[in-house]
Amino acid sequence: MPSPRYWREVPARFRLEASRCGSCGKVSYPARQICPACRKKELEPTRLTPRGSVVTSTVVHVAPDDLMMEAPYAMALVETPEGPRLMMQVVDCDPSQVLAGMDVRFEFRKIRKEGHSGILCYGYKAVPA
Amino acid sequence: MREVAIVGAGMTRFGELWESSLRQIFAEAAIEALENAGTDRLDGMWIGNMSAGRFVNQEHLGPIMAAEIGRAGVAAARVESACASGGAALRAAFLDVASGASDLVLAAGVEKMNDGVDVTDVLATASDQELEAYHGITFPGLYAMIARAHMQAYGTTEEDLAWIAVKNHRHGAMNPKAQFRREVTAEQVMASSVVAEPLRLLHCSPVSDGAAALLLCPLDQAKRYTDRPVKILGAGMGTATMTLAERESPADLDAVKHSAETAYKMAGVGPGDIDVAEVHDCFAIAEICCLEGLGMVERGKGGEAARTGETALGGRIPVNTSGGLKSKGHPVGATGIAQAIEIYEQLRDESGDRQVKGAKIGLTQNMGGSGASSVVHIFGRV
Repeated sequence: MPSPRYWREVPARFRLEASRCGSCGKVSYPARQICPACRKKELEPTRLTPRGSVVTSTVVHVAPDDLMMEAPYAMALVETPEGPRLMMQVVDCDPSQVLAGMDVRFEFRKIRKEGHSGILCYGYKAVPA
Repeated sequence: MREVAIVGAGMTRFGELWESSLRQIFAEAAIEALENAGTDRLDGMWIGNMSAGRFVNQEHLGPIMAAEIGRAGVAAARVESACASGGAALRAAFLDVASGASDLVLAAGVEKMNDGVDVTDVLATASDQELEAYHGITFPGLYAMIARAHMQAYGTTEEDLAWIAVKNHRHGAMNPKAQFRREVTAEQVMASSVVAEPLRLLHCSPVSDGAAALLLCPLDQAKRYTDRPVKILGAGMGTATMTLAERESPADLDAVKHSAETAYKMAGVGPGDIDVAEVHDCFAIAEICCLEGLGMVERGKGGEAARTGETALGGRIPVNTSGGLKSKGHPVGATGIAQAIEIYEQLRDESGDRQVKGAKIGLTQNMGGSGASSVVHIFGRV
Protein backbone atom coordinates (compact mmCIF):
# COMPACT_ATOMS: atom_id res chain seq x y z
CA MET A 1 0.00 0.00 0.00
CA PRO A 2 1.60 3.35 -1.00
CA SER A 3 2.26 5.59 1.99
CA PRO A 4 -0.23 8.42 1.15
CA ARG A 5 -3.00 5.85 1.16
CA TYR A 6 -1.80 4.50 4.48
CA TRP A 7 -1.57 8.03 5.92
CA ARG A 8 -5.10 8.93 4.78
CA GLU A 9 -6.44 5.99 6.76
CA VAL A 10 -4.92 7.23 10.02
CA PRO A 11 -8.06 8.94 11.45
CA ALA A 12 -10.20 5.83 11.07
CA ARG A 13 -7.55 3.21 11.64
CA PHE A 14 -5.59 4.78 14.49
CA ARG A 15 -8.12 7.08 16.17
CA LEU A 16 -11.27 5.02 15.46
CA GLU A 17 -13.04 8.15 14.18
CA ALA A 18 -16.65 7.65 13.21
CA SER A 19 -19.58 9.99 12.51
CA ARG A 20 -22.87 10.32 14.36
CA CYS A 21 -25.93 11.44 12.42
CA GLY A 22 -27.63 14.46 14.00
CA SER A 23 -30.90 13.44 12.39
CA CYS A 24 -31.31 9.68 13.00
CA GLY A 25 -28.49 9.06 15.48
CA LYS A 26 -26.80 6.30 13.49
CA VAL A 27 -23.06 6.00 14.08
CA SER A 28 -21.10 5.15 10.93
CA TYR A 29 -17.55 3.87 10.82
CA PRO A 30 -15.46 5.12 9.15
CA ALA A 31 -16.89 8.69 9.10
CA ARG A 32 -19.13 9.44 6.12
CA GLN A 33 -20.14 12.52 4.11
CA ILE A 34 -23.77 11.45 4.14
CA CYS A 35 -25.63 9.23 6.60
CA PRO A 36 -26.11 5.81 4.94
CA ALA A 37 -29.32 5.26 6.93
CA CYS A 38 -31.24 8.53 6.36
CA ARG A 39 -29.02 10.35 3.80
CA LYS A 40 -28.88 13.53 5.89
CA LYS A 41 -25.62 15.48 6.07
CA GLU A 42 -25.73 16.67 9.70
CA LEU A 43 -22.87 14.48 10.84
CA GLU A 44 -20.81 15.00 14.01
CA PRO A 45 -17.42 13.38 14.47
CA THR A 46 -17.30 10.83 17.26
CA ARG A 47 -14.88 8.13 18.41
CA LEU A 48 -15.55 4.49 18.99
CA THR A 49 -14.89 2.91 22.37
CA PRO A 50 -12.03 0.45 21.88
CA ARG A 51 -13.85 -2.64 23.04
CA GLY A 52 -16.74 -4.81 21.97
CA SER A 53 -18.29 -8.22 21.54
CA VAL A 54 -17.72 -10.84 18.82
CA VAL A 55 -20.66 -11.17 16.39
CA THR A 56 -19.20 -13.88 14.13
CA SER A 57 -15.73 -15.28 13.60
CA THR A 58 -13.45 -17.67 11.74
CA VAL A 59 -9.98 -19.12 12.04
CA VAL A 60 -7.99 -18.49 8.86
CA HIS A 61 -5.76 -21.45 7.98
CA VAL A 62 -4.93 -20.51 4.39
CA ALA A 63 -3.58 -16.95 4.63
CA PRO A 64 -2.43 -14.38 2.07
CA ASP A 65 1.36 -14.38 1.50
CA ASP A 66 1.94 -11.40 3.84
CA LEU A 67 0.36 -13.21 6.79
CA MET A 68 1.32 -16.79 5.99
CA MET A 69 3.61 -17.08 9.02
CA GLU A 70 0.79 -16.11 11.39
CA ALA A 71 -1.72 -18.77 10.30
CA PRO A 72 -3.82 -20.17 11.80
CA TYR A 73 -5.20 -16.92 13.23
CA ALA A 74 -8.67 -15.87 14.44
CA MET A 75 -10.63 -13.10 12.74
CA ALA A 76 -13.85 -11.64 14.13
CA LEU A 77 -16.53 -9.07 13.49
CA VAL A 78 -16.56 -7.09 16.71
CA GLU A 79 -19.50 -4.85 17.67
CA THR A 80 -18.51 -1.69 19.57
CA PRO A 81 -20.79 -0.10 22.22
CA GLU A 82 -21.64 2.67 19.71
CA GLY A 83 -22.96 0.12 17.20
CA PRO A 84 -20.42 -0.06 14.35
CA ARG A 85 -18.72 -3.41 13.83
CA LEU A 86 -15.04 -3.85 12.99
CA MET A 87 -13.25 -6.66 11.20
CA MET A 88 -10.31 -7.54 13.43
CA GLN A 89 -7.74 -10.17 14.14
CA VAL A 90 -8.15 -11.60 17.68
CA VAL A 91 -4.86 -12.48 19.37
CA ASP A 92 -3.34 -13.50 22.73
CA CYS A 93 -5.73 -16.44 23.05
CA ASP A 94 -6.49 -19.84 21.56
CA PRO A 95 -8.05 -19.04 18.14
CA SER A 96 -10.64 -21.78 18.61
CA GLN A 97 -12.02 -19.91 21.65
CA VAL A 98 -12.94 -16.84 19.56
CA LEU A 99 -16.68 -17.31 19.15
CA ALA A 100 -19.82 -15.15 19.06
CA GLY A 101 -20.47 -13.47 22.40
CA MET A 102 -16.79 -13.22 23.45
CA ASP A 103 -15.88 -9.83 24.96
CA VAL A 104 -12.71 -8.20 23.63
CA ARG A 105 -10.81 -4.94 23.93
CA PHE A 106 -8.64 -3.31 21.28
CA GLU A 107 -4.87 -2.99 21.42
CA PHE A 108 -2.66 -1.02 19.06
CA ARG A 109 -0.50 -3.55 17.24
CA LYS A 110 1.46 -4.18 14.08
CA ILE A 111 -1.00 -5.60 11.54
CA ARG A 112 1.37 -6.60 8.77
CA LYS A 113 4.68 -5.94 7.08
CA GLU A 114 4.08 -5.30 3.44
CA GLY A 115 6.18 -7.04 0.84
CA HIS A 116 9.89 -7.68 1.26
CA SER A 117 10.91 -4.13 2.19
CA GLY A 118 7.56 -2.43 2.72
CA ILE A 119 6.39 -0.23 5.56
CA LEU A 120 5.22 -1.62 8.84
CA CYS A 121 1.43 -1.36 8.97
CA TYR A 122 -0.29 -0.72 12.29
CA GLY A 123 -3.84 -0.76 13.57
CA TYR A 124 -5.98 -2.41 16.22
CA LYS A 125 -6.16 -6.06 17.09
CA ALA A 126 -8.60 -7.48 19.62
CA VAL A 127 -7.54 -9.31 22.77
CA PRO A 128 -9.74 -11.06 25.37
CA ALA A 129 -11.30 -8.45 27.70
CA MET B 1 -37.99 -2.71 -24.61
CA ARG B 2 -37.56 -5.38 -27.27
CA GLU B 3 -37.75 -9.06 -26.36
CA VAL B 4 -34.31 -10.67 -26.37
CA ALA B 5 -33.17 -14.20 -27.20
CA ILE B 6 -29.98 -16.22 -26.92
CA VAL B 7 -29.06 -17.84 -30.22
CA GLY B 8 -25.54 -19.16 -29.73
CA ALA B 9 -23.21 -20.38 -26.99
CA GLY B 10 -19.57 -21.32 -26.63
CA MET B 11 -17.44 -22.40 -23.70
CA THR B 12 -13.98 -23.74 -23.00
CA ARG B 13 -13.29 -26.58 -20.63
CA PHE B 14 -12.84 -25.16 -17.11
CA GLY B 15 -9.68 -26.02 -15.19
CA GLU B 16 -5.96 -25.35 -15.09
CA LEU B 17 -5.39 -24.40 -18.71
CA TRP B 18 -1.65 -23.75 -18.54
CA GLU B 19 -1.30 -24.20 -22.30
CA SER B 20 -3.69 -21.32 -23.11
CA SER B 21 -3.56 -17.56 -22.59
CA LEU B 22 -6.37 -15.17 -21.62
CA ARG B 23 -7.00 -14.15 -25.22
CA GLN B 24 -6.87 -17.72 -26.52
CA ILE B 25 -9.55 -19.00 -24.15
CA PHE B 26 -11.72 -15.95 -24.87
CA ALA B 27 -11.40 -16.54 -28.63
CA GLU B 28 -12.23 -20.24 -28.30
CA ALA B 29 -15.53 -19.49 -26.52
CA ALA B 30 -16.47 -16.45 -28.64
CA ILE B 31 -15.79 -18.13 -31.98
CA GLU B 32 -17.84 -21.16 -30.94
CA ALA B 33 -20.80 -18.93 -29.99
CA LEU B 34 -20.66 -17.05 -33.30
CA GLU B 35 -20.25 -20.20 -35.41
CA ASN B 36 -23.03 -21.81 -33.43
CA ALA B 37 -25.38 -19.09 -34.67
CA GLY B 38 -23.79 -19.10 -38.13
CA THR B 39 -23.28 -15.36 -38.24
CA ASP B 40 -20.37 -13.22 -39.37
CA ARG B 41 -22.04 -10.04 -38.18
CA LEU B 42 -21.47 -8.68 -34.67
CA ASP B 43 -22.48 -5.27 -33.31
CA GLY B 44 -20.82 -5.30 -29.93
CA MET B 45 -19.49 -7.27 -27.01
CA TRP B 46 -19.51 -7.02 -23.23
CA ILE B 47 -16.77 -8.98 -21.52
CA GLY B 48 -17.20 -10.04 -17.91
CA ASN B 49 -13.82 -10.16 -16.20
CA MET B 50 -12.91 -9.60 -12.60
CA SER B 51 -9.22 -8.91 -12.57
CA ALA B 52 -7.15 -9.61 -15.67
CA GLY B 53 -5.18 -6.55 -14.56
CA ARG B 54 -4.03 -8.36 -11.44
CA PHE B 55 -4.03 -11.94 -12.72
CA VAL B 56 -2.13 -11.38 -15.99
CA ASN B 57 -1.41 -7.62 -16.06
CA GLN B 58 -3.86 -7.03 -18.90
CA GLU B 59 -6.52 -4.31 -18.80
CA HIS B 60 -8.46 -2.78 -21.71
CA LEU B 61 -10.00 -6.10 -22.69
CA GLY B 62 -12.58 -4.66 -25.13
CA PRO B 63 -10.31 -3.94 -28.08
CA ILE B 64 -7.82 -6.73 -27.49
CA MET B 65 -10.56 -9.35 -27.48
CA ALA B 66 -12.49 -7.80 -30.39
CA ALA B 67 -9.33 -7.81 -32.50
CA GLU B 68 -8.53 -11.38 -31.45
CA ILE B 69 -11.72 -12.60 -33.15
CA GLY B 70 -11.37 -10.31 -36.16
CA ARG B 71 -13.96 -7.79 -34.97
CA ALA B 72 -11.78 -4.70 -34.33
CA GLY B 73 -14.18 -1.84 -34.90
CA VAL B 74 -17.16 -3.04 -32.86
CA ALA B 75 -18.19 -1.55 -29.52
CA ALA B 76 -16.50 -3.61 -26.82
CA ALA B 77 -15.74 -3.15 -23.13
CA ARG B 78 -15.01 -5.06 -19.97
CA VAL B 79 -17.70 -5.28 -17.28
CA GLU B 80 -16.61 -5.81 -13.69
CA SER B 81 -18.53 -6.77 -10.58
CA ALA B 82 -16.02 -9.18 -9.00
CA CYS B 83 -17.28 -12.77 -9.33
CA ALA B 84 -20.57 -11.43 -10.74
CA SER B 85 -18.78 -9.84 -13.71
CA GLY B 86 -20.17 -12.45 -16.12
CA GLY B 87 -23.73 -11.89 -14.93
CA ALA B 88 -23.25 -8.14 -15.17
CA ALA B 89 -21.91 -8.52 -18.73
CA LEU B 90 -24.95 -10.59 -19.68
CA ARG B 91 -27.24 -7.92 -18.24
CA ALA B 92 -25.37 -5.21 -20.19
CA ALA B 93 -25.71 -7.19 -23.42
CA PHE B 94 -29.39 -7.89 -22.70
CA LEU B 95 -30.10 -4.17 -22.16
CA ASP B 96 -28.03 -3.29 -25.26
CA VAL B 97 -30.27 -5.46 -27.43
CA ALA B 98 -33.51 -4.75 -25.54
CA SER B 99 -33.00 -1.00 -25.93
CA GLY B 100 -32.75 -1.29 -29.69
CA ALA B 101 -29.21 0.09 -29.76
CA SER B 102 -27.66 -3.14 -31.08
CA ASP B 103 -28.91 -6.28 -32.79
CA LEU B 104 -26.19 -8.90 -32.40
CA VAL B 105 -24.27 -8.69 -29.15
CA LEU B 106 -21.84 -11.07 -27.50
CA ALA B 107 -22.07 -11.50 -23.72
CA ALA B 108 -18.81 -13.09 -22.71
CA GLY B 109 -16.84 -13.90 -19.60
CA VAL B 110 -13.19 -14.81 -19.21
CA GLU B 111 -10.70 -15.31 -16.40
CA LYS B 112 -7.14 -16.63 -16.37
CA MET B 113 -6.38 -17.28 -12.69
CA ASN B 114 -3.58 -19.83 -13.03
CA ASP B 115 -0.64 -17.77 -14.19
CA GLY B 116 1.49 -17.57 -11.09
CA VAL B 117 0.04 -14.75 -8.95
CA ASP B 118 -1.13 -14.92 -5.33
CA VAL B 119 -4.78 -15.76 -6.09
CA THR B 120 -5.90 -15.32 -2.48
CA ASP B 121 -4.57 -11.77 -2.56
CA VAL B 122 -6.26 -10.92 -5.89
CA LEU B 123 -9.63 -12.35 -4.81
CA ALA B 124 -9.41 -10.25 -1.64
CA THR B 125 -9.67 -7.14 -3.85
CA ALA B 126 -13.39 -7.96 -4.06
CA SER B 127 -13.64 -7.19 -0.35
CA ASP B 128 -13.08 -3.79 1.29
CA GLN B 129 -9.33 -3.14 1.19
CA GLU B 130 -9.18 -0.70 4.11
CA LEU B 131 -11.71 -2.30 6.43
CA GLU B 132 -11.46 -6.02 5.68
CA ALA B 133 -8.49 -7.25 3.62
CA TYR B 134 -5.98 -5.01 5.44
CA HIS B 135 -6.69 -6.79 8.70
CA GLY B 136 -6.01 -10.22 7.22
CA ILE B 137 -9.40 -11.61 6.33
CA THR B 138 -9.41 -13.77 3.18
CA PHE B 139 -12.29 -14.48 0.85
CA PRO B 140 -12.96 -17.95 2.23
CA GLY B 141 -12.65 -16.28 5.65
CA LEU B 142 -15.51 -13.90 4.89
CA TYR B 143 -17.75 -16.78 3.79
CA ALA B 144 -16.65 -18.73 6.85
CA MET B 145 -17.95 -15.86 8.99
CA ILE B 146 -21.21 -15.91 7.03
CA ALA B 147 -21.37 -19.68 7.64
CA ARG B 148 -20.90 -19.33 11.39
CA ALA B 149 -23.52 -16.56 11.52
CA HIS B 150 -25.89 -18.80 9.55
CA MET B 151 -25.25 -21.71 11.90
CA GLN B 152 -26.06 -19.50 14.83
CA ALA B 153 -29.19 -17.98 13.28
CA TYR B 154 -30.69 -21.01 11.55
CA GLY B 155 -29.00 -24.08 12.99
CA THR B 156 -27.10 -24.95 9.81
CA THR B 157 -24.47 -27.64 10.43
CA GLU B 158 -21.11 -28.58 8.93
CA GLU B 159 -22.79 -31.65 7.52
CA ASP B 160 -25.36 -29.45 5.73
CA LEU B 161 -22.45 -27.67 4.05
CA ALA B 162 -20.90 -30.99 3.03
CA TRP B 163 -24.09 -32.12 1.25
CA ILE B 164 -23.94 -29.10 -1.08
CA ALA B 165 -20.50 -30.26 -2.27
CA VAL B 166 -21.62 -33.89 -2.55
CA LYS B 167 -24.63 -32.94 -4.69
CA ASN B 168 -22.74 -30.59 -6.96
CA HIS B 169 -19.88 -33.02 -7.53
CA ARG B 170 -22.43 -35.70 -8.40
CA HIS B 171 -23.80 -33.38 -11.10
CA GLY B 172 -20.37 -32.20 -12.24
CA ALA B 173 -19.13 -35.76 -12.70
CA MET B 174 -21.49 -35.87 -15.70
CA ASN B 175 -20.27 -32.57 -17.22
CA PRO B 176 -17.47 -32.98 -19.80
CA LYS B 177 -16.44 -29.31 -19.33
CA ALA B 178 -16.09 -29.56 -15.53
CA GLN B 179 -12.78 -29.13 -13.74
CA PHE B 180 -13.47 -31.95 -11.26
CA ARG B 181 -15.39 -34.77 -12.92
CA ARG B 182 -15.66 -36.98 -9.87
CA GLU B 183 -18.02 -37.62 -7.01
CA VAL B 184 -17.12 -36.99 -3.39
CA THR B 185 -18.70 -38.36 -0.21
CA ALA B 186 -19.83 -36.33 2.79
CA GLU B 187 -17.10 -38.09 4.80
CA GLN B 188 -14.43 -36.96 2.34
CA VAL B 189 -15.70 -33.39 2.45
CA MET B 190 -15.69 -33.34 6.25
CA ALA B 191 -12.19 -34.84 6.41
CA SER B 192 -10.64 -32.42 3.89
CA SER B 193 -8.18 -29.77 5.11
CA VAL B 194 -9.48 -26.61 6.81
CA VAL B 195 -9.29 -23.37 4.79
CA ALA B 196 -11.11 -21.02 7.17
CA GLU B 197 -13.17 -22.57 9.97
CA PRO B 198 -15.79 -24.02 9.45
CA LEU B 199 -15.05 -24.17 5.70
CA ARG B 200 -12.91 -27.01 4.38
CA LEU B 201 -11.21 -27.42 1.04
CA LEU B 202 -14.09 -29.43 -0.42
CA HIS B 203 -16.57 -26.71 0.55
CA CYS B 204 -14.67 -24.29 -1.71
CA SER B 205 -14.74 -23.77 -5.47
CA PRO B 206 -11.35 -24.17 -7.14
CA VAL B 207 -9.01 -21.73 -8.86
CA SER B 208 -9.83 -22.03 -12.56
CA ASP B 209 -9.16 -20.75 -16.05
CA GLY B 210 -12.00 -20.58 -18.52
CA ALA B 211 -14.15 -18.58 -20.88
CA ALA B 212 -17.77 -18.62 -21.95
CA ALA B 213 -19.79 -16.64 -24.49
CA LEU B 214 -23.42 -16.18 -25.50
CA LEU B 215 -24.80 -14.46 -28.59
CA LEU B 216 -27.92 -12.33 -28.07
CA CYS B 217 -30.32 -10.82 -30.61
CA PRO B 218 -33.91 -9.54 -30.71
CA LEU B 219 -36.39 -12.41 -30.31
CA ASP B 220 -38.09 -11.56 -33.61
CA GLN B 221 -34.79 -12.16 -35.47
CA ALA B 222 -33.77 -15.26 -33.51
CA LYS B 223 -35.02 -17.89 -35.99
CA ARG B 224 -32.43 -16.65 -38.52
CA TYR B 225 -29.72 -18.07 -36.29
CA THR B 226 -31.22 -21.10 -34.55
CA ASP B 227 -34.43 -23.10 -34.53
CA ARG B 228 -34.39 -23.27 -30.74
CA PRO B 229 -33.72 -19.81 -29.29
CA VAL B 230 -34.05 -19.25 -25.57
CA LYS B 231 -35.76 -16.09 -24.39
CA ILE B 232 -34.41 -13.91 -21.59
CA LEU B 233 -37.54 -13.29 -19.52
CA GLY B 234 -35.99 -11.07 -16.87
CA ALA B 235 -32.78 -9.57 -15.55
CA GLY B 236 -32.07 -8.04 -12.16
CA MET B 237 -29.05 -6.71 -10.38
CA GLY B 238 -28.75 -5.73 -6.74
CA THR B 239 -26.15 -4.68 -4.23
CA ALA B 240 -25.65 -4.80 -0.48
CA THR B 241 -23.04 -3.16 1.72
CA MET B 242 -19.53 -4.20 0.78
CA THR B 243 -18.48 -5.01 4.33
CA LEU B 244 -20.02 -7.74 6.44
CA ALA B 245 -19.68 -5.25 9.29
CA GLU B 246 -22.45 -3.01 7.93
CA ARG B 247 -25.00 -5.79 7.35
CA GLU B 248 -27.65 -6.17 10.00
CA SER B 249 -27.32 -9.95 9.76
CA PRO B 250 -24.19 -11.38 8.13
CA ALA B 251 -26.20 -14.57 7.51
CA ASP B 252 -28.60 -12.89 5.05
CA LEU B 253 -27.55 -11.88 1.53
CA ASP B 254 -29.78 -8.91 0.69
CA ALA B 255 -28.18 -8.33 -2.72
CA VAL B 256 -29.52 -11.72 -3.82
CA LYS B 257 -33.01 -10.78 -2.67
CA HIS B 258 -32.91 -7.42 -4.47
CA SER B 259 -31.64 -8.91 -7.74
CA ALA B 260 -34.20 -11.72 -7.58
CA GLU B 261 -37.14 -9.39 -6.92
CA THR B 262 -36.27 -7.28 -9.97
CA ALA B 263 -35.82 -10.31 -12.22
CA TYR B 264 -38.99 -12.10 -11.01
CA LYS B 265 -41.01 -8.92 -11.57
CA MET B 266 -39.68 -8.38 -15.09
CA ALA B 267 -40.25 -12.04 -15.98
CA GLY B 268 -43.68 -12.19 -14.34
CA VAL B 269 -42.79 -15.41 -12.52
CA GLY B 270 -41.99 -16.44 -8.95
CA PRO B 271 -39.58 -18.88 -7.33
CA GLY B 272 -42.18 -21.67 -7.57
CA ASP B 273 -42.18 -21.42 -11.37
CA ILE B 274 -38.48 -22.22 -11.79
CA ASP B 275 -37.71 -25.70 -13.18
CA VAL B 276 -33.90 -25.58 -13.02
CA ALA B 277 -31.43 -23.13 -11.49
CA GLU B 278 -27.73 -22.37 -11.41
CA VAL B 279 -26.79 -20.50 -8.24
CA HIS B 280 -23.49 -19.14 -7.00
CA ASP B 281 -21.91 -21.87 -4.84
CA CYS B 282 -18.41 -20.36 -4.60
CA PHE B 283 -18.50 -21.82 -1.08
CA ALA B 284 -21.05 -24.36 0.12
CA ILE B 285 -22.65 -21.83 2.47
CA ALA B 286 -23.24 -19.50 -0.49
CA GLU B 287 -25.60 -21.95 -2.22
CA ILE B 288 -27.62 -22.18 0.99
CA CYS B 289 -27.82 -18.40 1.47
CA CYS B 290 -28.55 -17.77 -2.22
CA LEU B 291 -31.41 -20.29 -2.39
CA GLU B 292 -32.90 -18.55 0.64
CA GLY B 293 -32.47 -15.12 -0.94
CA LEU B 294 -34.10 -16.39 -4.13
CA GLY B 295 -37.05 -17.70 -2.11
CA MET B 296 -36.48 -21.27 -3.36
CA VAL B 297 -35.99 -22.88 0.04
CA GLU B 298 -37.01 -21.91 3.55
CA ARG B 299 -34.34 -20.22 5.64
CA GLY B 300 -32.14 -22.84 7.25
CA LYS B 301 -33.30 -25.63 4.90
CA GLY B 302 -30.72 -25.31 2.10
CA GLY B 303 -28.38 -28.03 3.35
CA GLU B 304 -31.23 -30.43 4.04
CA ALA B 305 -32.58 -29.80 0.53
CA ALA B 306 -29.28 -31.04 -0.93
CA ARG B 307 -29.14 -34.07 1.38
CA THR B 308 -32.71 -35.20 0.67
CA GLY B 309 -32.30 -34.64 -3.06
CA GLU B 310 -34.83 -31.83 -3.25
CA THR B 311 -32.26 -29.65 -5.06
CA ALA B 312 -30.54 -32.55 -6.88
CA LEU B 313 -31.27 -33.86 -10.35
CA GLY B 314 -34.65 -35.57 -10.21
CA GLY B 315 -35.71 -33.46 -7.22
CA ARG B 316 -38.27 -30.67 -6.84
CA ILE B 317 -35.93 -27.94 -8.10
CA PRO B 318 -32.57 -29.18 -9.46
CA VAL B 319 -29.83 -26.68 -8.56
CA ASN B 320 -26.42 -26.53 -10.19
CA THR B 321 -26.90 -29.37 -12.66
CA SER B 322 -23.63 -28.23 -14.29
CA GLY B 323 -21.76 -29.17 -11.11
CA GLY B 324 -21.88 -25.59 -9.94
CA LEU B 325 -18.80 -23.53 -9.25
CA LYS B 326 -17.68 -26.26 -6.86
CA SER B 327 -17.19 -29.05 -9.38
CA LYS B 328 -17.38 -27.33 -12.77
CA GLY B 329 -14.81 -24.71 -11.70
CA HIS B 330 -14.95 -20.97 -11.06
CA PRO B 331 -12.97 -18.77 -13.45
CA VAL B 332 -14.56 -15.81 -11.73
CA GLY B 333 -15.41 -13.49 -14.66
CA ALA B 334 -16.64 -16.40 -16.81
CA THR B 335 -18.91 -17.97 -14.20
CA GLY B 336 -22.04 -15.86 -14.80
CA ILE B 337 -22.00 -16.68 -18.52
CA ALA B 338 -21.24 -20.38 -17.91
CA GLN B 339 -24.26 -20.56 -15.59
CA ALA B 340 -26.45 -19.11 -18.35
CA ILE B 341 -25.04 -21.62 -20.86
CA GLU B 342 -26.12 -24.50 -18.61
CA ILE B 343 -29.66 -23.11 -18.50
CA TYR B 344 -29.61 -22.37 -22.27
CA GLU B 345 -28.74 -26.00 -22.93
CA GLN B 346 -31.29 -27.30 -20.40
CA LEU B 347 -34.04 -25.31 -22.12
CA ARG B 348 -32.92 -26.71 -25.50
CA ASP B 349 -32.89 -30.33 -24.22
CA GLU B 350 -29.14 -30.55 -24.84
CA SER B 351 -27.93 -31.52 -21.36
CA GLY B 352 -27.65 -35.28 -21.89
CA ASP B 353 -27.40 -37.18 -18.60
CA ARG B 354 -27.95 -33.94 -16.72
CA GLN B 355 -31.16 -33.04 -18.54
CA VAL B 356 -34.05 -31.84 -16.37
CA LYS B 357 -36.95 -33.33 -18.30
CA GLY B 358 -39.45 -30.82 -19.56
CA ALA B 359 -37.69 -27.80 -18.05
CA LYS B 360 -39.45 -24.67 -19.35
CA ILE B 361 -38.15 -21.90 -17.10
CA GLY B 362 -34.61 -21.60 -15.73
CA LEU B 363 -32.79 -19.15 -13.50
CA THR B 364 -29.20 -18.10 -12.91
CA GLN B 365 -27.87 -16.22 -9.89
CA ASN B 366 -24.33 -14.88 -9.97
CA MET B 367 -22.78 -13.23 -6.93
CA GLY B 368 -19.98 -10.74 -6.50
CA GLY B 369 -17.71 -10.62 -3.48
CA SER B 370 -19.01 -11.78 -0.14
CA GLY B 371 -22.55 -11.12 -1.28
CA ALA B 372 -22.15 -7.40 -2.06
CA SER B 373 -23.49 -7.70 -5.61
CA SER B 374 -25.77 -10.19 -7.30
CA VAL B 375 -27.22 -10.65 -10.77
CA VAL B 376 -30.23 -12.83 -11.55
CA HIS B 377 -31.47 -13.84 -15.00
CA ILE B 378 -34.58 -15.82 -15.84
CA PHE B 379 -34.86 -17.71 -19.12
CA GLY B 380 -37.72 -19.39 -20.92
CA ARG B 381 -38.26 -21.83 -23.77
CA VAL B 382 -39.63 -20.20 -26.89
